[in-house]
Amino acid sequence: MAELLFWPALLAYGEAAVAYLNDVRHPGLAGRLATWGVRVGWLVQTALLAVQAARADGFPWSTWGGSLNLFVWLVVGAYLIWGCQPRYRLLGLAVLPLAVVLFILARVGGGTGVGVRSHYSNLFLVLHVGLVLAAFAGFTLAAALSALYLWQERRLKRRESSILRLRAPALSRLDEVAARTIAIALPALTLGIAVGIARLRDRGGGFDALMAVTVVTWSIYSGYLALRHFAGWRGRRAAYLVLAGFVLVVVVRLGLPVTHFAT
Amino acid sequence: MSIVLVGISHHQAPVELRERAALDRQRAAELAGALAGGRSEAVVLSTCNRTELYLADESAEAAEEKAEVALLALESKLGPALYRLRDEDAALHLFRVAAGLDSMIPGEGEILGQVRAAHESGATGPLLDRLFRQAVQAGRKARTQTAIGESPASVSSAAAALAEQVFGDLEGRSVLVVGAGKVGELAIRNLVSRGATIASVANRTGQRAEELTERFGGEALPLERIEEELVRADVVLSSTSAPGWILTREQVEHALHARKGRPLFLIDLAVPRDLDPAIHELEGCYLYDIDDLEAVVAETLAGRRREAARAETIVAEEADRFRAWQASLDVVPAITSLRARAEQIRDAELSRAKLNDAERRAAESVTAAVLNKLLHLPTIRMKQAAAAADGVIYADAVRHLFGLEDER
Repeated sequence: MAELLFWPALLAYGEAAVAYLNDVRHPGLAGRLATWGVRVGWLVQTALLAVQAARADGFPWSTWGGSLNLFVWLVVGAYLIWGCQPRYRLLGLAVLPLAVVLFILARVGGGTGVGVRSHYSNLFLVLHVGLVLAAFAGFTLAAALSALYLWQERRLKRRESSILRLRAPALSRLDEVAARTIAIALPALTLGIAVGIARLRDRGGGFDALMAVTVVTWSIYSGYLALRHFAGWRGRRAAYLVLAGFVLVVVVRLGLPVTHFAT
Repeated sequence: MSIVLVGISHHQAPVELRERAALDRQRAAELAGALAGGRSEAVVLSTCNRTELYLADESAEAAEEKAEVALLALESKLGPALYRLRDEDAALHLFRVAAGLDSMIPGEGEILGQVRAAHESGATGPLLDRLFRQAVQAGRKARTQTAIGESPASVSSAAAALAEQVFGDLEGRSVLVVGAGKVGELAIRNLVSRGATIASVANRTGQRAEELTERFGGEALPLERIEEELVRADVVLSSTSAPGWILTREQVEHALHARKGRPLFLIDLAVPRDLDPAIHELEGCYLYDIDDLEAVVAETLAGRRREAARAETIVAEEADRFRAWQASLDVVPAITSLRARAEQIRDAELSRAKLNDAERRAAESVTAAVLNKLLHLPTIRMKQAAAAADGVIYADAVRHLFGLEDER
């Protein structure tokens, strides 16, 4: 059943990615088809996750592939909050192809089949893995928003004549939404890290490089919010900082199979 | 019934002629009322680019003559500029007009409301009512299914649209106006119509600045105070006739420290330019001069023209639908007569039969079903033939075969 749900979800995400590309050339119908593709895909993936959870009778996404599957669902879910607005369709061009690739990787990594229940407790997994992944999904979306900001800012600076033909969300709005996304994602990461550290202290265990990078990531995003609030950091500099934080998010995600899922 | 269109537009008539034939809404309604009468219908569409009379009448020639006389009464020199179209050509023309495809600027949005207003104040019957309803629908469809009307078509609206690219909604954004000439006024109107607030107007002479603040709000200032106003402004709109820079990079850079990273959008409509081009290099500052804005408008107009090709297809489809509907009117009387004759025969035969109540009800139901099934296909075929322009031949054949000639 879980395997059967993977294909329609992938098909819907794939359709959305192609439709977003088409929407750039011919805005209108393609954009609406893309939005529906994302909605349908996300709902089918929700069903897939529900089936996985029911079969495993717990939290089945503690493997690398499984966590990637959950991560894709969280990223697309976060995107859906803004992505349904026509102005944010360009964002879909960055988010959906990434979602398709990661979803395929999740399948290759065995994360879309019937999961095996982890030997960790469900509560710990939900709080630690769930919250960290939710935060990473938020940072991914914020990075896409910042990338879109930099692209749009560059067009304005270059005074591109096509700027009103191919419209992106306004700079201020992109800047604001990215900051708001980080303001929501950061507490989730904080709590996720805190749960991890608490368990580490309780059960014993070493502090590895990946944990250190995660803490640095946390510092970057905290610094971003602090600089924004106290020093009025906005615009280009702020966008670069968000992207720098995202590089670390990618490093952590890539490093997970080596450290957390190796045993 | 035929549809006739006689009119003038910006294609053939210069503004000196068009302005003499232009009618306000009330006069257009009066003229439509005067042209209609009996079974004939009339609508007058009058805008700054066109005055067109749409008539529906039994005689196309008579209607055309009536419309020409009415237009020549407005201005006798209109004759060579008049164009005349009939039936499907007139319908296609109106649909193109409603979609903004016949406008000076393709996709111009005002025309759709003007077509709707003309319809409302016209003396319409079934034919022109349907024509104008479908025209509005075609116009709306062309706008929603293509991007023909999405991008701005003037320098002032492009400036406001660019400001929206920086700030999003302009509601509550404050504008510093530098120079109180006519050039900047259109841009002010555009910014204000999108929700921006005029915070201050700085000008060499205070009187003109005060005139502008009375109309658009804000505070009148001397030019010397613009640097301090930069701190709270989101948009700077400059259009003075000063020979040198009104604002330099250093002045803006100085103000940026107090702005806490808020972006600043600057519009320079003046020639020679008022704002130091180096301002654009500052982080968070976006300066557009008249050439930049004209390049943006040229691009959006090119985009509109590309979209116009798609809109033409939509409009042509709507015109086809209208033609099919209009043609079906030729066969409707024959279909009605045929059905009436069939019902008459059915009633007569049923009344002759000796049946009890239950049997009569059953017989009525069965015969009605047989009749409907029998007449369904001929009805459809006649409508299809009408759409293919053979409707009159089919209608005559049906009348002849079923002896309906007397009922014409």
